[in-house]
Amino acid sequence: MPKQGVIPDDLTAPFWAAANEHRLVIQHCTSCDRLQHPPADKCAGCSGLEFDWQEMSGRGYIYSYGVVHDGPVRMLQEDQPFNVAIITLDDDPDIQMLSHLPGTPPGEVPVKTSVRVIFEDTANGQKVPEWRVVE
Amino acid sequence: MKYVEAVPEDIFRSEEGLGVWEHRGKVVAIGIGHAPTARRWDNNPETCVGAISIYALRQAMVDAGVDPSHVDGLVIDPVTSTGADWPRGKPIPQVMLDRWEASDDPLDGLTKNSICWLLKNMPELTGIKFAMNASNCMSRALVAAAQAVGEGETHTCLVLKAWNNFEGRYYHGGANDDGSLPGSAALAALTNLWGTPACYATAMQFNEYCRKYGKSHAMMAPFMENSRRNGLLFPEGYWAQHRPEELRTEDYLAAPWIAEPANLFDNDLPIMCSGAYLLTTSERAPHLAQPPVYILNHASSRTLARSIMPTLEEVEADTARTGRKIYEGAGITAEQLSFENMYDGFSLFHQFHLEGLGFRGVGFGEALDFYQTDISIQGPNPVSPSGGNIGSGRSRFWMHTDCIQQIQGRAGARQITGIPAEVGVSGGPMPLGGNFTVWGEAPD
Repeated sequence: MPKQGVIPDDLTAPFWAAANEHRLVIQHCTSCDRLQHPPADKCAGCSGLEFDWQEMSGRGYIYSYGVVHDGPVRMLQEDQPFNVAIITLDDDPDIQMLSHLPGTPPGEVPVKTSVRVIFEDTANGQKVPEWRVVE
Repeated sequence: MKYVEAVPEDIFRSEEGLGVWEHRGKVVAIGIGHAPTARRWDNNPETCVGAISIYALRQAMVDAGVDPSHVDGLVIDPVTSTGADWPRGKPIPQVMLDRWEASDDPLDGLTKNSICWLLKNMPELTGIKFAMNASNCMSRALVAAAQAVGEGETHTCLVLKAWNNFEGRYYHGGANDDGSLPGSAALAALTNLWGTPACYATAMQFNEYCRKYGKSHAMMAPFMENSRRNGLLFPEGYWAQHRPEELRTEDYLAAPWIAEPANLFDNDLPIMCSGAYLLTTSERAPHLAQPPVYILNHASSRTLARSIMPTLEEVEADTARTGRKIYEGAGITAEQLSFENMYDGFSLFHQFHLEGLGFRGVGFGEALDFYQTDISIQGPNPVSPSGGNIGSGRSRFWMHTDCIQQIQGRAGARQITGIPAEVGVSGGPMPLGGNFTVWGEAPD
């Protein structure tokens, strides 16, 4: 399922560079020791401006999901319907990621079960974290 | 004229423990104005978003019995797009340029509103001393205007929200047609690599709600029928004006999914529409044409999701906080609410608002069972008597109009009859981040 390509910007470049190395990193506020995702210029917890990027274990959990039947993104429309799940990270359950759950049929999502990160190519070759159900 | 580019954040009552609103009962709504609705703009300058805005503003003044020269305040939401934007680079139609006095921004009156454009094209508003932009929706503009009247910035204030709807589907086109996205957008809540439609977050929360409480999407059907039924009794609304069709359970349940479990009818219909209210002080109200509806409180949520999208747990915690703020500032309890008109555009989050209010004692996980009881305007527990966006098309203001009309006793065929219309609440949009107003027939 080909996702749109990604053009990394200043804010997100470390995230995308790590993905190309098959590593999942999350922005981390060095002032209050808080992870945040999506990345932002300012920490939503303490308004801090200093960040590093912490590598995650790549393990997570399916919180909930929906099945997209009629979405707005042209490149994905021929693959409808498809799952979009909310994944929470084992390293910090407050941190979410989105996933198409490759390998899981639409609507057959085993919520509250474990997933593991994989990395997929997008349309321009940039890799993106995706998630597979752990059998 | 004092011009405020954006509402100062400190006017919003977004914390608990603030006590009763200091202007409780001193600010009233009197007049209402709406232009005829349409599904899409017909390229006629007389029906562009600027034109229907002026129509609504003039109607509100006529309705209130206020001479335009006596209006000294104007609060607007300048944003009018429903999601289908004016194509990049497409010229402004000459008929627009010929018909309307232009401002500095050629898109004013066409794809947005501005104080400048409105004042240029409403020369009768000669007394404006205070003007403010309150972007987002009518719920936010109303709160800002109520506070401005309470603080004495204006004594007779018009509040405006309008929407334009061009050809094209909701959020289709633009970046969603591109082959790539900027890195930040690729990870965001609304535009992202996973192709989520706008209703996705609500659908995901509703899915979790059904799993947690053992409910089903089909249990929404009585609410949807009730909303459309009420909407068809709302002569200002789109469905009543253009498509007077009941929404039957079988039609609702057979509708195509957008983001399952949100189907087509769970998404409101983008339309061209406009709404305006005239607010004033309680001292001036007795001299005007309609009975006053007293603003007892306004409350806001400024909670942000911890990560990409709010979880059900975040939604429930925040709607509960909102409910407490609403009652605290109005000095009332849940038992004193006659009816509720919380936002519904997406229908699948209306129950979050309702449960946060504890309307009729309904707790978390109980609203869909409550929907199976009598929630009609004839019963003692009227839910969304306006019909909301589901019943009248996307405006995010039918709920406010209905609160005012119900309490004034001029909601017509939609007037609630199972309980006196004494205190109502309206607001939205989303459970996190909304703005809410409490309305009463008496000042205290």
